[in-house]
Amino acid sequence: MTPASDVEVRVVLPAHLRNLAGVRGEVLVSVPAPLTQRAVVDAIEARFPMLGGTIRDRRTGKRRAFVRFYACEQDLSNEPPDAPLPDAVAAAITAGTEPFLVVGAMAGG
Amino acid sequence: MTQVRVLAGTRKGAFVLTADGRRDKWSVSGPHFGGWEIYHMKASPADPNRLYASQNTGWFGQLLQRSDDGGVTWQPAGNDFSYVGDPGTHLWYDGTPRPWEFKRIWHLEPSLTDPDVVYAGAEDAALFKSDDGGVTWRELTGLRLHESAPGWAPGAGGMCLHTIILQESRMFVAISAAGTFRSDDFGETWRPVNHGLHSEGIPDSGAEVGHCVHHVEAHPARPDTLFMQKHWDVMRSDDGGLSWTEVSGNLPTDFGFPIAVHPHEPETIYVVPITSDSLHYPPDGQLRVWRSRSGGNEWEPLTRGLPQQDCYVNVYRDAMAMDSLDSAGLYFGTTGGQVYVSPDSGDSWAPIVRDLPAVLSVEVQVV
Repeated sequence: MTPASDVEVRVVLPAHLRNLAGVRGEVLVSVPAPLTQRAVVDAIEARFPMLGGTIRDRRTGKRRAFVRFYACEQDLSNEPPDAPLPDAVAAAITAGTEPFLVVGAMAGG
Repeated sequence: MTQVRVLAGTRKGAFVLTADGRRDKWSVSGPHFGGWEIYHMKASPADPNRLYASQNTGWFGQLLQRSDDGGVTWQPAGNDFSYVGDPGTHLWYDGTPRPWEFKRIWHLEPSLTDPDVVYAGAEDAALFKSDDGGVTWRELTGLRLHESAPGWAPGAGGMCLHTIILQESRMFVAISAAGTFRSDDFGETWRPVNHGLHSEGIPDSGAEVGHCVHHVEAHPARPDTLFMQKHWDVMRSDDGGLSWTEVSGNLPTDFGFPIAVHPHEPETIYVVPITSDSLHYPPDGQLRVWRSRSGGNEWEPLTRGLPQQDCYVNVYRDAMAMDSLDSAGLYFGTTGGQVYVSPDSGDSWAPIVRDLPAVLSVEVQVV
């Protein structure tokens, strides 16, 4: 049962990671409040262990260079991973009206 | 019924090519892992249905895939390739120290006897081992912590450990551009074995380490005899790597990447000469495999069925392999996406496929 303080976050994964995780479309993950990048990625990796190391470096925990995080049409990629998401973003994600997007950056072929 | 299974890793996915023992009609399955670079796929000699594949992209990093049904279905295994402790530094292209940084797995070498044991060669150079079918990995640190390692420098393709030869307690690995290393204790400790190599691109052409070895092969029945395609020069050793002699002989150029040894004739070897280090295509636009039946020095070109004009592809170091049928088959893949087969040890050739993405690796099984 999901603890009362957890948030059900809609997550959109890039196609390669959806294939790897064996899912289609959006996925839902339970994330403890307050919402941060790290908390969301922790929840993604907990639910889909095969994605470990694909979004962030296993050793350093840093976002991989060609992975971006978007929500509410904002680029959150360069925000500190432990900083709470901006209030409006967190509210929209918590309400389920906006997803958290993990995006493969536009680069190369 | 005999089935031949060719495992082709490409720049944009993996392909499994199958035929019966005649090797004239082929079925193609794939792409598996479409869009990902597959540097290498290899089957366990102890269980032909156990396959391992190295999967990578610049976006999402390294994955390790495993199949238990001969490549029909795949499951991601473990991808935690962490260097033990402080990884230290090696030399960068400009001569400055640079921290070891994991980039990808170039080569997978399953154990000869246990399908759950597999070794992985990494860029930046390190050797990893799994005892549980690729789920968890541990670094065999004796190689990366060798006293010469802070002086290793990458070749143009990166500082990659691309060759692993298993001979029970004895192992060989090759690193570009450090050279060949030998262990006699299951990979715990290592020593460079490059005496006799000469490389014009390094300050001391006969240095103990620093050589850009491209690939090394050994016949299972002749464990002391090694054949090497170096950046330039084709070499052989008959004392387990302790000394090397050049056997380039009459080759039109002794630059190239792969080298193969015939499964039934330990002195029959194959190379694919490439024009030069700056011209990575065959001389005169003619794709030719060269065969020596004397362990080197005397070579003959093999051309029948291969393009003999306007051909400017390359063949990478892990992209040539031989099967073990009585009439041994030879296979190679090109940067132009062709995979060729010769069912008669190189005498005649035909394409299995012509239009794959650039082929990074070719392995073959008889099942």
